[in-house]
Parts: sequence; C-alpha cells; structure tokens
Amino acid sequence: MSAHPLIRMLDRGAVLFLALLGAFAIAIPVLNLLVPEGSGLHVSTYLVALFGKYVCYGILALSIDLIWGYAGILSLGHGAFFALGGYAMGMYLMRQIGTRGVYAHPTLPDFMVFLDWPELPVYWYGFKYFVYALVMIVLAPGLLAFVFGWFAFRSRVTGVYLSIITQAMTFALMLGFFRNNFGFGGNNGLTDFKDILGFNVQAEGTRNALLVVSCLALAIGFLICRAIVTSKFGKVLVAIRDAEARTRFLGYRVEAYKLFVFTLSACMAGVAGALYVPQVGIINPSEFAPGNSIEAVIWVAVGGRGTLTGAVLGAFVVNYAKTFFTSGWLAPYWLFMLGGLFIAVTLLLPRGIIGTYNHWRDGRGEARDAGVPNAPPQAAK
Amino acid sequence: MEQHTTTALLYLDGITVSFDGFKALNELSFMIEPGEMRAIIGPNGAGKTTMMDVVTGKTRPDAGDVYFAEGTYDLSKLDETEIAALGIGRKFQKPTVFDMHTVEDNLLLALKNDRRVRATLLWQSSTPQEKRIAELLDTIRLKSLRSRVAGSLSHGQKQWLEIGMLLAQEPKLLLVDEPVAGMTDAETRQTAELLREINRDKTVIVVEHDMTFVRDLGVRVTCLHEGSVLAEGTIDQVSQNERVVEVYLGR
Repeated sequence: MSAHPLIRMLDRGAVLFLALLGAFAIAIPVLNLLVPEGSGLHVSTYLVALFGKYVCYGILALSIDLIWGYAGILSLGHGAFFALGGYAMGMYLMRQIGTRGVYAHPTLPDFMVFLDWPELPVYWYGFKYFVYALVMIVLAPGLLAFVFGWFAFRSRVTGVYLSIITQAMTFALMLGFFRNNFGFGGNNGLTDFKDILGFNVQAEGTRNALLVVSCLALAIGFLICRAIVTSKFGKVLVAIRDAEARTRFLGYRVEAYKLFVFTLSACMAGVAGALYVPQVGIINPSEFAPGNSIEAVIWVAVGGRGTLTGAVLGAFVVNYAKTFFTSGWLAPYWLFMLGGLFIAVTLLLPRGIIGTYNHWRDGRGEARDAGVPNAPPQAAK
Repeated sequence: MEQHTTTALLYLDGITVSFDGFKALNELSFMIEPGEMRAIIGPNGAGKTTMMDVVTGKTRPDAGDVYFAEGTYDLSKLDETEIAALGIGRKFQKPTVFDMHTVEDNLLLALKNDRRVRATLLWQSSTPQEKRIAELLDTIRLKSLRSRVAGSLSHGQKQWLEIGMLLAQEPKLLLVDEPVAGMTDAETRQTAELLREINRDKTVIVVEHDMTFVRDLGVRVTCLHEGSVLAEGTIDQVSQNERVVEVYLGR
C-alpha cells in the first residue's frame, strides 16, 4: 500500500523543487562573486539581497500553506510571527553594534540612550549571544501561537472568526510595538545594524551567505512540511479541513492537531522573519501591519493552496511582480493590481498555479469536484 | 458519584433537552442491552437525532442521566472525542466521508489506533492494519474502488464506506442514522444484511424512517414522539399501537 516514508515524502515534485532550490542557492552567489561585473551574466549585490528577501517570503508562504492548505486554518495574522522572529534577530544585531552607535554607549542601543533609559530592560538581556537569539527566534512566535491557539482552538473558533481574531492579534501587536515605552525602538524600529557573527551585514560575502542560509532554511522547512503532510498526521489534518466534526466523532482531538501545526507554522514564520531582517537591514512595527499578513495569504492562493511548492512559487512570482511594478510609473497602482490579481486568481484559477497543474495532470483520468482545492499528493502506490 | 446498577450497555433516564424553550427531548428513557439491535422510529421532530447528539456528546442534556457500559461512564460529562474513545461510533444521516481522501485512507483514519498527535506523526503502515483494511473493504463491498477518491463514490457507496469506517473503529455500540435514505431497493436490502452481519458481535441502534427496512431488520422497535417514548415492542406490536397510528397518520 504505502511506500517507505522517505519515498512518500520525496515525490517527483519535491525532488524537482529541492533541485531547483539547490541550483538557485549555488548559481546566484557564483554569478555575483565570480562573474566579473561587466559581464551580462553578473548578478548585482542588490539582486542577491532581493532574492534573499524573496526566499524568506517563501518560508513565510510555506508556513501559511501548511496550516491553510492542509488544516483549513486561515491565519490573517501570520505576519506577526514573522515580525516577532525578525525583532528577536534585530535585538541581537542591535547588541552587536556596541560602541559604534551614534551615542557610543557600550550596552544601550541608541534609541534607549535617546529616551534617557538608565539601563537595559530585562527582556533585552541575553540577546548579546547569538544562540540565545536563535532560541528566541523560534520560542517567541511559538509561544504566542501556542497561547493564542490554545484559547482559540479550545473554544472551537473556526473559519472567518478565527481569521478576524488573528488580524486583531497582529494589529494589537503593531500598536504595542509602535510605543516607545515598549522598548523595541517604537516607530523607527531597529536598524543601523553593523555585523552578524562578526561579519559586516552590508558586505557582499555576508549577503551571499545569508541567501544560501535562507535557501537552506527553506529546504529544511519544506522537508519538515512534506514529512508532516505525507504522514498519517497530514491525512488527519486534511480530514479536519474537510469535515472537522466528523474527525472529532472519529475520536481525534482536533484542537491538539491544530495547536501543534499552528505552533510549528508560527515557529517557521519566525525563522523567516529572522533571516529577513539582516538582509533588509531594518525591522519596524509596520511589519505587523494586517495588510502584510493578507498579502502573504495572496501569495499562497496564487501559487496554489495545499501544494507547498506552489506557496513558494507564489511568494516569488507576486513579489517579483511587486518589485517590477513598484519601481516604474505604475507604482501608485500596485495595490489595485494586487487586489485584481487576487480576484482573478479566485475566479479563474481557484487552485492556483501549481494546484491547477497538478489537477490537470491527475485529472486527465477522472473528473473531480470543481472548486475544491486539490488534495495533498497521495502516497505513492 | 452515585452508583448505577444496570446491565444495560446504554441507559437513558429522564433526558430533557430544550432549544429556546422547545423541548426536543422530554424525559426520554430507554435502555439497550449488550448485543442488541434496536430500531428507533418516529415522525420528523420526534427527537431521534437529538437523542444521538446526547449519546455522542454533541449536545448536553438539561436534565437526566446517560450511562454507558453498565453504568460505568456518565456520558453527559464527556466530550465527543472521549465518547468516541469509549467505543461509541456514529454514522450520520448525510453520508460524511472525507471526500478528498481515498477509500482506503478513509478506513485508515477510522481504524482503531492511537489517536494522539505524536502517534500519527510517527505512524508506519503495518501488515495487520493492511489486512484489517482489506477485510473491511470486503465487508463493505468496495474492494475494487480502494484507491478512488471518496468524493467520487455514489451515494450508496458513501453510506457503506461510512459504515465501514464505523466498523474500523471497533466500537461497542454503533449509532446509525438513516442508513438507507436515498438508496435503491437492492442497496437497501444489502444494507439490512450488512447491519445484521455487524450485529453478530456489536450492539447497534438504527434510526430509520423506512418501515419496510425496519421490518427487514426484524428487531425490537422503539417509537419516539415529541421527545419521549411512545411505544416499544416488535414491529407488529408497534405498528398496531393506536397512538402510533394516530401520530403517523394524524400528521
């Protein structure tokens, strides 16, 4: 019946995805560092950072697809977990500045000196150490998701109500982080980073390394998601998505399943945010803006919900379009285009790019119910 | 906790459930002995589905006792998952199978097994499980359709798949809500046969409208009306009961 878990996990699509990602992670640094600047094949450092940013968005999209595509949990507040991971990394980077800040204070970041704070707040302790920051990158979003999910899933909040409270959550966090007395730099956020693990964040080599690390994180995240969705756990998730009450009557503790996958997804989003911050050089409260979270959901819808690879593709395609259109005379119209894209995809391509392709490939044999997002790839027979 | 001495597998005493003042169940009392098959009939709104909701933990009774397994468990204090774990399986009126999953995956999900998160994450298929699934596929006559997506099955096939899922849970008590609704005559007969087969080692409660089907089953019948028991006995006794005739024809 079902093959070895590893074979089930690495179907043709998954192998192709990992191969492409690997090629990308090798080709971009090579084209940036080894090909001379005058050559047509040269990739500028600007592009390296841009691609690095896309890869982080890809990880965020993956984390959303895991819960939305497979468990039916539509989170419109995943940007919050992304931002929390980003802030954890930002706090580490701030502590690395040391005396090189404008006020040259040995422990306090500039904004605290500016606000006349006498000493470092307790929750900033430990961020001097990279390992501590790494733990917090996963722990902070994970803990928030766990507590939030514990209450929400236990009270059986589902569907649009859950989406609304996730929006409220990220909005509340945004308002909090905007405040100076919160201790995260208020309005301006955290910026002016100097180095990460002793390497200059602006340097070409560091940028390429960050891109490679981001690709690696994406690959690991993808493998974790594949392992989950191809396991029996994944089948239970899809069952919950399609018929929650039925799953409960079968004896599955639905809230435990949702809580696990939601928390895991938040941790992934946190990692994405942490990798994003050194590559863009800033983290501020606008990352919590509800619009960001909604945009991330659109990437997943465009690429194909419940496909994993589609989520990553969607993040790349939509963000490339965003970069392209917002840099020209069309810039003021970008939000209209994004909205139009979402409507067009919902109406014309409800399965998204990869979903439509999968459906076309599998569906040549038998007709399936229309309009339903396609199932996760079935176990190899 | 008060001790209940009863030999019954399922014991309902004085169950009342009201929705906005409307009494869906009104002091409903009856019991089911282990190994029995019982048919529950009654006109629309008699409280059949609400009774099942109470037994499976979906609805909490406002008053009354529901005990399972000779009074060991008080079902009114447990939730759906806990009740399912005790061995009460339910088949819904509308066939609810997992449409996106294949027939065999539907059975796999229903198979009696550790339901916890960690167990399903680390799950591996095993020979006894595959054998059990093959047996079930035989019982419900869907062997040739095992890798079809459940959403593409016919109505009758979905009903059987759901009965198969119920069996896979190895419950002590099966609650079957209108199993033959929308079935052809041949399918109806096969379903009666299937239920009798299942009743050989399991206790079954069948809620049904179709009187010929109930007659086919040939079991003890309880007739509900306005949330309480109107009559109980063989199908002939019940269908000759004056009040039953009045309720059915008087509508």
